Amino acid sequence: MATEVRRDGTPLVEMRDISVAFGGVKAVDHVSVDLYPGEVVGLLGHNGAGKSTLIKCLSGAYQADGGEIYVNGEKATINNPRDARRYNIETIYQTLALADNLDAASNLFLGRELTTPMGFVNDAAMEAETRKIMGRLNPNFKNFTTPVASLSGGQRQSVAIARAVYFNAKILIMDEPTAALGPQETKMVAELIDELKRQGLGIFLIDHDIHQVKALCDRASVMKNGQLVGTVHVDEVTEDDLLGMIILGKQPEKAA
Amino acid sequence: MTDTVSQTSTPQKRKLLDTLELDTRLLGMIGAFILVCIAFNVLTDGRFLTPRNIFNLTIQTVSVAIMATGMVFIIVTRHIDLSVGSLLATCSAIMAMTQTVVLPDWLGLGLGHWAIAPGAIIVGLIAGCLIGGFQGWLVGYLGIPAFIVTLGGLLVWRNVAWYLTNGQTIGPLDDSFVIFGGIGGTLGETWSWIFGIVALAFALFSQWQGRRSKITHDFPVKPLWAEALLAAIYAVAILGFIWLLNSYDIPENRLERMFEARGAVMPEGYTEGYGLPISVLLLIGIAIVMTLVARRTRLGRYIFATGGNPDAAELSGINTRLLTVKVFAIMGALCAVAGLVASARLSFHSNDIGTLDELRVIAAAVIGGTALSGGIGTIYGAILGALIMQSLQSGMAMVGVDAPFQNIVVGSVLVLAVLIDIIYRKRTGAK
Repeated sequence: MATEVRRDGTPLVEMRDISVAFGGVKAVDHVSVDLYPGEVVGLLGHNGAGKSTLIKCLSGAYQADGGEIYVNGEKATINNPRDARRYNIETIYQTLALADNLDAASNLFLGRELTTPMGFVNDAAMEAETRKIMGRLNPNFKNFTTPVASLSGGQRQSVAIARAVYFNAKILIMDEPTAALGPQETKMVAELIDELKRQGLGIFLIDHDIHQVKALCDRASVMKNGQLVGTVHVDEVTEDDLLGMIILGKQPEKAA
Repeated sequence: MTDTVSQTSTPQKRKLLDTLELDTRLLGMIGAFILVCIAFNVLTDGRFLTPRNIFNLTIQTVSVAIMATGMVFIIVTRHIDLSVGSLLATCSAIMAMTQTVVLPDWLGLGLGHWAIAPGAIIVGLIAGCLIGGFQGWLVGYLGIPAFIVTLGGLLVWRNVAWYLTNGQTIGPLDDSFVIFGGIGGTLGETWSWIFGIVALAFALFSQWQGRRSKITHDFPVKPLWAEALLAAIYAVAILGFIWLLNSYDIPENRLERMFEARGAVMPEGYTEGYGLPISVLLLIGIAIVMTLVARRTRLGRYIFATGGNPDAAELSGINTRLLTVKVFAIMGALCAVAGLVASARLSFHSNDIGTLDELRVIAAAVIGGTALSGGIGTIYGAILGALIMQSLQSGMAMVGVDAPFQNIVVGSVLVLAVLIDIIYRKRTGAK
């Protein structure tokens, strides 16, 4: 990455010693990760390694059983998605979390509708705003009035990304944002991540694709069986090192 | 209901419909309704489409139609309410007891006091709202499936109504209460025309406003001729409906009695139409409010979002549990309104009031295009659905179809309507 991330100040987000258990299974076992402004941190691991569960504690979908979350150095209580939004934490879920029966504008503003002075939802204003941001993110996007169910995977992804970006997120969580996308759209997401980085956002990126993590991330935290294997600077390790961490849970020789 | 016009139409016709931005499903339902009416009119030698029968049809539909608007919200959020008929009975019983025992005797207002009807209605509305909200709490917060909660409610509230009245028929009801029943309370010709003109002005105003709002945001608008055509359709529909209801004349001897009551003598050859029933006015008001809620409020947006994808709604910060309580509370309040209309139409509360209404209400919503999988449904569709059901029922009664066959036909139509709906959605690519 061209720009150097400064890590001497307070981290944007610090998740300390987080634990989550489902029944007897420890899905996340005393894991700590942090994120600085303008930085992309990749979260790697097999399916079931606990990366999605960990990050859902930050987005408010789950509550941690133990551990603490700090945002800008201050202790944050995140009990539900509304709390997370209050800390300017936005999430793009793997499932996209779109209401398929509603159009793009309704989805973009879901839970934060623009209203008229009378208190009614202002569909025209929301559609206009949606057209604006889509013009920037994905100029090919044209279907503003049809339910998102009838859109292609890439277009649906654009709606989910637009929703996260529109509300001035400081912390962005992306859960496999390119899993359902073609090469061109994947490139679009990569460019977007770079731009958001320049704007000083911190991004947690969950991904399976090691190439992608090497290309997009500054650091990578690897998880296995609910535990943190380690956090490395991606420039200082090889792809094989990362694979070794994911598969064997083995620290690379020169740990960062 | 599918749209018979567009299915067989040429591309040009389809283009016309697109230009008008009309909902083809709505057109299909109206088409089906017109077909039903014409068929019965032929079979009854023209007795079906008389002002008198249309008047009766509308007032018979009101109670089920009011509840069907609420059922749309329930089904859209992927729930079901089997207790509406029983809840109607409980609310009706509460209102009947309030106006015949509680207010006149216990509070000593005496029969005929002006506060009795409003008091009874308010008590009924609160009761409906609370009972509905309670059922919603059981569903939303305790996680009991709505099917079970309201199946229990079906038994519970039916018998609460019985207990409250000792199974007796309670009547006669208060005079000002009875005007909500239909034939006992109409606007008369002049006021009906005034209402029709105001309603038309309002429809044209909102049409104009919608166009203006689109222009300010640089969205494409319909061509002017299309707007004019739509305006003409509104005018014919609204004023035609008023004209029909005004053409149903009050019987001569009843008019004579009305004049006598005023201490006057009826002039020779004097006629007067009933005009718009107050119960229908109530239904129109509820339909407008519910449509506004569905389309223009956050509550409505959240109801549809939750129906479309409950997880997404939850992740967007919507409190889906509280939403369930609200939706069921609205349903309960509407059951109370329907109870008001139903008991006022009879002018007494009877123990079996609203029996099997839950099935009629659900059928009306489903025929009206509400998808049981959630997320899809319209208020006007449900009302049209109720009207189609009622037309079938009373049409067959007029033709003289045997009672068992009537129900066989209605049941089959319900299943057929859903089948056609599924085919329609597949063809148009909608989900």
